[in-house]
Formats: sequence, C-alpha cells, structure tokens
Amino acid sequence: MKIHEYQGKEILKKYGVPVPRGVPCFSVDEAMDAAKTLGGPVWVVKAQIHAGGRGKGGGVKLARSLDEVKSHAAAILGMQLKTHQTGPEGQKVRRLLIEEGADIKKELYVGMVVDRATQRVCLMASSEGGMDIEEVAARTPEKIHKVFIDPARGLTDAEADDVAVKIGVPAASLPQARAVLQGLYKAFWETDASLAEINPLILTGDGRVVALDAKMNFDANALYRHPEIVAMRDLDEEDPAEIEASKFDLSYIQLDGNIGCLVNGAGLAMATMDTIKLFGGEPANFLDVGGGATTEKVTEAFKIMLRNPKLQAILVNIFGGIMRCDVIAEGVVAASRAVGLKVPLVVRMKGTNEDLGKKILKDSGLPIISADTMAEAAQKVVAAANKA
Amino acid sequence: MSILIDKNTRVVTQGITGKTGQFHTRMCRDYANGRNCFVAGVNPKKAGEDFEGIPIYGSVKEAKEKAGVNASVIYVPPAGAAAAIWEAVEADLDLVICITEGIPVRDMIEVRDRMRKQNRRTILVGPNCPGVITPDEIKIGIMPGHIHRKGRIGVVSRSGTLTYEAVGQLTELGLGQSSAVGIGGDPVNGLKHIDVLKLFNEDPGTDAVVMIGEIGGGDEEVAAQWAKEHMKKPVVGFIAGVTAPPGKRMGHAGAIISGGKGTAQEKLAVMEACGIKTTKNPSELGSLLKSVLR
Repeated sequence: MKIHEYQGKEILKKYGVPVPRGVPCFSVDEAMDAAKTLGGPVWVVKAQIHAGGRGKGGGVKLARSLDEVKSHAAAILGMQLKTHQTGPEGQKVRRLLIEEGADIKKELYVGMVVDRATQRVCLMASSEGGMDIEEVAARTPEKIHKVFIDPARGLTDAEADDVAVKIGVPAASLPQARAVLQGLYKAFWETDASLAEINPLILTGDGRVVALDAKMNFDANALYRHPEIVAMRDLDEEDPAEIEASKFDLSYIQLDGNIGCLVNGAGLAMATMDTIKLFGGEPANFLDVGGGATTEKVTEAFKIMLRNPKLQAILVNIFGGIMRCDVIAEGVVAASRAVGLKVPLVVRMKGTNEDLGKKILKDSGLPIISADTMAEAAQKVVAAANKA
Repeated sequence: MSILIDKNTRVVTQGITGKTGQFHTRMCRDYANGRNCFVAGVNPKKAGEDFEGIPIYGSVKEAKEKAGVNASVIYVPPAGAAAAIWEAVEADLDLVICITEGIPVRDMIEVRDRMRKQNRRTILVGPNCPGVITPDEIKIGIMPGHIHRKGRIGVVSRSGTLTYEAVGQLTELGLGQSSAVGIGGDPVNGLKHIDVLKLFNEDPGTDAVVMIGEIGGGDEEVAAQWAKEHMKKPVVGFIAGVTAPPGKRMGHAGAIISGGKGTAQEKLAVMEACGIKTTKNPSELGSLLKSVLR
C-alpha cells in the first residue's frame, strides 16, 4: 500500500527524522491559510500524488510571495500530473503540501527495501541525491552505498556513521545524520514498510539534516496490525477496477492491450499473457482468480474486464487441480449468460474432469471457442480479437 | 529416488484443524503412501483428540517424540505462521513445508535470521508455495496428485499452477517426475532455485530438471551461474512475466536494489549463457525437456 509524501513525513517525524514544517491542503484557500500560518519568505507548493517524478512533471513549485503560492496552488490542484511513473494519462492532483522553504546546501539520497538475497533490510545511500537517482544507480552503481541490516540489532551507530561519511556528511552533522538513518530504519521496521525513500535528504546551510521528501510503501500482508497506516489509504490514487477486483479477492492489473485474461495463479497468469504476446496479441489485463474460481468470482471477473472499452476478446485459462474443470465450466457458462457476453471467449481448461468441463461448454450452446494447450488458446484468441 | 521426501517421511500437520488443513490433509493422506506418512497433527487446544484417526498433539516437539515425525507441513493462518515455522525448527525436524500465503515479510526476516544465527539444520520450503511431491510415494502440499507420474525428471518452480502446467506436459509426454518442488514466490523464503538444483544434481534418480522462474529478484540468475559450473544434468527453463508492466515495480529503490536486473529478458539471457535451454513458449516446456534428454 502506498501513501502520500505528507503522510510519510508525519510518520518519519514521529521517529525523530527532521522534516520541514508543512500543511496538507485540499483547496487554494487552504493553501493560502497554510502559507500565512507558516510565514515566508519562501514556500514550496507540492502536488501530492502516489507517483514519483513530480518535480520534473511540474508538480513542485517554489513560491516567493503569497500571490505566487496562490497561482501555483491554483495551477497544480486539479492538473493531470504526468510523470514517468504515472503512465501517459497522468494522475489528477487532489491534494497539496505547502511547506516552508529550505536552505539546501547539498542533496543526498537514502532508501530502504527488503533484499531477497540476504533476507535483510537494505539501506541504500548516495551523495548524489535529487531527481536523477535512477540514472546514478544505473550509470555509477559505485556511488550507491549499501548496508544490510541485522534484524536483531538494528542499524548500529557505527554502520550509520560509516554510511553518512561515505555520502559526504560533514563531521559536525554526523550525530544528526545518525538520528535520521536510525529513525528511518525504525520507522521502516515498525510499520512493516516495503519501501522507504528520502530523496532528497538535505544538508542545510547551518548544518542540519532534513528530509525534504518522503516516500513509503507498506507490506499489504502486515496491514492487519497497522490500522493507523490503513487509515492513510487514498482510494482516489488507486485504479477503480483494481479496487473493485480486490473486493472479490481477485488480483487485477489493467494493461494497454485488447485481450482479457482470466487465469488461476499468478505465475500461470503471467505465462498466459506472455503466450498471447508471443503470438502477436496484446493482453488487456492481468487477472488472477486464485484458488477458487466460483461462478460468482468468474462473473465479477468478467464484469471487471468488460469495463475496459478496449476489450475485444477474452481468454480463460484454468489449470484445474483441486478445482474441478466441470465446476469451472459451469461457472464460465453461468457468468457468460449473466453478463450477456458479446466479445469472443476462448476457454482452455486442463486437469481434473477436463472432458466433462469441455462437454459442459459445448452443450451450453454459447459460442465458446475451446482450446487444448495454452499456445492454441493464445493463437485462437489473437485471431478472434483481430477479427473483432 | 527422489529429493527431500519419500515414502518413509513422517509428517505432522500444523493447522490440521482449520478448513484448509483438514481438506488437504485428507487429500495427502489419500495419495499413494499417505496413510502411513501423515501421522500427526498439532493444536494445543485440541491435544489428545484426533482428526479422522490422525492423533493431535499439543506441540510439534510432542508429535516428534510420540509419533516419530521428521517433517511438518503448515496451514496455520498468516499471523501465526512464522511462529509455527519456528516451532518446527526448534523441534529440530528435517524439513518444514509452509503452504500459508500472506505472511508479513518482517516475520519471515526474523525467523530466517534466527535459523541462520543458530545454525539450524531444518530445511524450510516456502512459504506461499504448493509444497513438494514425490510421485507414487508421498505428496505434502496442495498440488493435484493425479497429474504426476513417477519418473526421473525434477521440477522446481516459484509458481503453483504454472508448476502443474509443466508437470502436466511432462506426464503427457510420458516423462515422469522424481520430485516436484514449489519454492514459493515470497521475497523472503527458504529453499531457493539453486538449493533445489543442488539436490537434484546429487539425486541418482533424477536425469534432468525443469526450472521455472518469475520476474523479480536474482535467484534464477544465481542458480544458473551455479549450474554452469556444477550441474551434471541438463536443465531447461522458463521465466514468466515478459509482458509484466515495468511501472508496477517498487519505485526508485526497487530498481536500484536490482541494478536493472530481474526482468524476464535478463533472466532468460543469463540462463541461456549458462547452458540452460529456455523457451518463451510455456506450452513447449515438456517438449523442450524431452529434446535435451541424453
């Protein structure tokens, strides 16, 4: 689960990480009030969306007067902010963060993720903070310093100081940098975060260390023990189709193509999409119905896929293991009838009671195209989509 | 022959009284030698009772002492699953297979750290995996037993149904399996591809291996590099997720930790360079394996 920058800063602040004074706002009036309360002479008007790259997309502006706060707030609120993480359609800005300006002497980068190889939380830090950190990582990986943190000990003083020195924190600011790094780790660990990033972490003219940005994602499997994090969820930032799907325990991600896929199991779902692509088609979505493909689930899955105006054909690929193919076939037939399915439907079923399942599809009188292998199913659905 | 489990394995089921645990315990008991293998369940509140004739004990330790179990399978709900793993590790079992999906990553980091620091010998498979099967001997987990055939091909995979797909193809081609291992897709888990390849390499009953991976992480690359130097048997592979959207990765940090690695193309390239034949068509996994048999 993702949260906004201002929410991330609220969390970091609780863990002793200095952040600029700031106020989240939902309107231009609120932004003006916030600016007055904060006092000048400089403010930063920041779009609050869940995607990164906001600065480059024009979602972060410096204001040197209250008039500028007003004009920037008016321009940014409601805009479709396009960044390299939003996709070409952009994301509508509904919230702002108004902050006091900062005296930036140097921009650093710190981030944390779980490293699969060492099975530890990895602290990454670089002297090259700011907007181009991905390029830094790709071109000069030696400038990214990593610490794999022992979960029993946490980030030690020595580890924190060592990495702070490596990224160019001067001696006088080391105690502050240590507090920031250890606070960040504690926040990450205690909130079950899956990602935490401060970019930039700045050194100010008077030697302070301040988090100018905050990005945090959380482990969905651990949300049950963090109601305070769940309360930060902003449904406006999520795809409505994905929200609807999650209500029915379906895992759905919309893509750019025209062939809908309904599959049981994430690996098989990806393999099905890959096969469609291999035979010249473009998948319209990833959809994993999980272990139990009941009539209700298949019906909801069809409805969600059909909300996509680009959809021109559907491929159902089910490996009936514990689930029997005849039960799945009945679900597919009932769902097709319930939604009055108009687009071509290709069904590939494999496993338990496969023949009985195929017979049910055939006897339904519905124009369902049957296939034996994933490759055959993909070829048939690509042909059907091209005809439509 | 086989790896990890055979007809002599004795299993305790942790979470035997839950709906999932009951259902799959029945399926496993009814498969091959299951009646002799599934000899115990654990539930502290129901110790002394039984599940359809399988005695329930108060702890894994007690099940080991009284029923002689050397392996465990876990269906305990996510919030208590990591503790269940640790209980089995502390009881010093040979093997723990954790089926449970949705365990918080932090819980897994802690239990794996304790296992490493205490030099525990217990092997963990999973979590979030279908389990392990040695056809015609024993099935521990949720995979459909009937699609498997006894034979000499090893299968290792991060995915559930995609593993069944590969197994189904092998069986249709008359190629039975020595063992099939689902290692699960969670970020922090037990056995990895490389560990399972090593086991298959040493198993005289395995002639060749199908290795199935997914996007993300670098485990398949690590396994491929090892195989290049050490594997005595042919390996074929497939990586799911060529079409997975790059925008779904975890922000900057996700990209940085992988250093641009972890894409399907990258993994396939490394595997090919290490002598592992790969296909981009998952429907050809079985025939690809057949083509490399010596």
